[in-house]
Amino acid sequence: MSLRASSWLQVSLAALAATWSLVVPTVSQAESSAKADKLVVYSSRKEHLIKPLFDRYEKEKGVKIEYITGEAGPLITRLKREGKKSPADILMTVDAGNLWYAASQNILAPIDSPILESSIPSHLQDAQNRWFAFTKRARTIVYATDRVKPEELSTYEDLADKKWRGRLCLRTSKKVYNQSLVATLIETHGEKKAEAIVKGWVDNLATDVFSNDTKAMEAVMAGQCDVTIVNTYYFGRLQKANPNIKLAIFWPNQQDRGVHVNVSGAGITQASQHKAEAQAFLTWLSQGEAQAMFANLNQEFPANPEVPSSKEVQAWGTFKEDSVAIEVAGKRQQQAIQLMDRAGYR
Amino acid sequence: MSWAHSQPEVWSHLWQTQLPRLIGNTLSLLVGVGVGVTFIGVLSAWCVTHYEFPGRRWIEWALMLPLAIPPYVMAFVFLGIWDFSGPIQQSIKAIYPEFQYINMRGTVGVSIVLSLVLYPYVYLTSRAAFYRLGNSQLEAARLLGMNSWRTFLHVGLPMAKPGVLVGLSLVMMETLADFGAVAVFNFDTFTTAIYKAWYGFFNLEAAAQLASLLLIMVALVAWLEIQARKHPVSCGRTERRERRHLNLCRGWCLTLFLCSLLIIAFGLPLIRLIIWSIDYPTELDMRFLGFILNSLALGSIAGGCLVITGFLLAWYRHQHPHRTVTLFGRMMTAGYALPGSVLAVGIMLILIGTDQVIIAPIMESLGWEPWVLAGSLFGLILAYWIRFFSVAHNPLHAAFYSLTPSLPEAARSLGVPEKGLIWRLYLPLFSPTCLMAFIMVAIDVMKEMPATLLLRPFGWETLAVKVYELTAEGEWERAAMPALLLVALSLIPVIYLTRRSDFKSR
Repeated sequence: MSLRASSWLQVSLAALAATWSLVVPTVSQAESSAKADKLVVYSSRKEHLIKPLFDRYEKEKGVKIEYITGEAGPLITRLKREGKKSPADILMTVDAGNLWYAASQNILAPIDSPILESSIPSHLQDAQNRWFAFTKRARTIVYATDRVKPEELSTYEDLADKKWRGRLCLRTSKKVYNQSLVATLIETHGEKKAEAIVKGWVDNLATDVFSNDTKAMEAVMAGQCDVTIVNTYYFGRLQKANPNIKLAIFWPNQQDRGVHVNVSGAGITQASQHKAEAQAFLTWLSQGEAQAMFANLNQEFPANPEVPSSKEVQAWGTFKEDSVAIEVAGKRQQQAIQLMDRAGYR
Repeated sequence: MSWAHSQPEVWSHLWQTQLPRLIGNTLSLLVGVGVGVTFIGVLSAWCVTHYEFPGRRWIEWALMLPLAIPPYVMAFVFLGIWDFSGPIQQSIKAIYPEFQYINMRGTVGVSIVLSLVLYPYVYLTSRAAFYRLGNSQLEAARLLGMNSWRTFLHVGLPMAKPGVLVGLSLVMMETLADFGAVAVFNFDTFTTAIYKAWYGFFNLEAAAQLASLLLIMVALVAWLEIQARKHPVSCGRTERRERRHLNLCRGWCLTLFLCSLLIIAFGLPLIRLIIWSIDYPTELDMRFLGFILNSLALGSIAGGCLVITGFLLAWYRHQHPHRTVTLFGRMMTAGYALPGSVLAVGIMLILIGTDQVIIAPIMESLGWEPWVLAGSLFGLILAYWIRFFSVAHNPLHAAFYSLTPSLPEAARSLGVPEKGLIWRLYLPLFSPTCLMAFIMVAIDVMKEMPATLLLRPFGWETLAVKVYELTAEGEWERAAMPALLLVALSLIPVIYLTRRSDFKSR
């Protein structure tokens, strides 16, 4: 009996000791936050895609960047509720819809920077300069080279045609990339026609929609379907792992509005006490090597047109991109989701 | 509270396009997982407690191992193996080119995945219940001419019902709260709808309203648990169990059956993760040591807090079996079915509110640097506390419940004062249960993802967070390394659990 009691005691003591040793560093951390040689970033871009840049910035400029990653929705909610007391200086997130939403919640401050203004094309930034895009990703068509001739393909809209019945795979409509794509369809064609197109896609599905782009492409490779719509960097990843992959990229809508592009971007928070330092970081990120590195980490396109993309990305060829103001994705996001729900696109 | 702001537009949309399917999906998943875990858990528990067959000793503890695999890891590994583009269906197709495909991403697939990771709960509780059954009842049944199958159905099962139902209610709650696994399958349930209302419509109110609908389902599950408590079975003395020796053929059949279960639920996923980790070696550096330590630290802090409070409440409920106390206990345990992120957001909003309304003014008036609760370790532990209270409390409550009144009476008659009973009787008596509760909480906390993601303080990256970061972008192969570490880490307590003296065969 005494043995049992002692094991119980050990556990509680261990727990107490652990608690103590952990509470102490948290306090000292809070004290150090007053210094200005540090920036805090809330990021929905994943750690492995941002940390190398943060490390490099610290090396070059001596400013340490502390960050927390998470999903965009919760991070924006957190920023909003933290209000003026928020420790965050920068919000970094993927997808224009999220950036638009953050701006509409008044948590981002306008940035007055001629360099950013001139380096980032105007359709890739907020009208009031509350956020700027730093990378672009194209959402394009990928097809099985052994079963589809590129001449058969033309536009996103064409994938709703009967000839693709049972040959199309798609990712879930819950992913914001598809919501943004449909938002631009609504912007171009109006709600009624856009809904007919999405319904056509759903009718053409070979199987239930997938939870991510990679799985959709794997299904195409396995012969479950022949075409799918994905972000280019997912294709890049598969290609890197298997250079002889029997898939290829097709750039749709080259005769009209162009390929749908989305962005990842950042803005400075209203609450930031270090706005000048935050701006310096974002400016650094928009130029030269840093800009190239940021895009290349994920095989994306640099948002600054003067910075060339990586060799692998260049090999996919040049294309005309849709130049609709990217905030449309945010403004029409809810409409797009409801449309997809009605069309039975899960 | 959330219903104050009604969202008619969102609701009419949800009703027309989503809700019927959501309810259908959620219910069918509950039924599917319920049947699955009962079948696997109860049957395997019965086999290992009542029969002697080759390898019984190690199979008995190995059946607990799938507990170490987080549902979201199991989900992506399962699809990686069994989906159309996976090796199994592809090799079938290579042999029979006519082969179409079997859809593994429907209700059946999700039910299988959740059953495979959750059945250990039922296995654990029903195994304990079968051990408590006296030999005499079963002996009597056999003497009355019942064959072994009928003995199981008519004697074993009814008597073990409370234990089975306790395990089952835990499983149901886990199923209702699961987000990771159903998201991998793109299977729409209430949890995914809550996420969608929030992320897609940017509508926190509608999300909160959906969450309160989810609570209705939780109430149903709670009812199940009450049923379990209604008919306590007199637990006889735990006697030395005589296992029936099966003949050679039958014994090996049983071994084969349980081994294939183990291979599907644990062996294959583990091999898949190992192969992926070798093919895609993630930058395995010192930072991983930090992730591991963070996971361990969070698990043990939460485990400690929960076991202490869970024990105190169980004791209080035992001393004061009033209705209000019971109701309070039930409310406390409902957090288990709350999706982690819903809970996390709720807590975050409350903490930020407290910071701004109460703490900041006080600190400022004192001229101190204001410290914040939001984004502190406190918030995260609070979330774990609410979410996993029932994991710690339920077994302790059950332990108090099954206590024969004669024990405390005997202690009293020996002159132990009422207050001293805690130290001199209950704690020593229930310390194995406490330890088990601690371990279960620690495993759950290490596997937990959404709340950790949202509430962790700066620098508190854990293995689960790392897995999330890689799986969120579909890089399942690269997620294999941290996932493998997470499984290995959870395995240590699981194996410890199975090595304990009272788990070993009697």
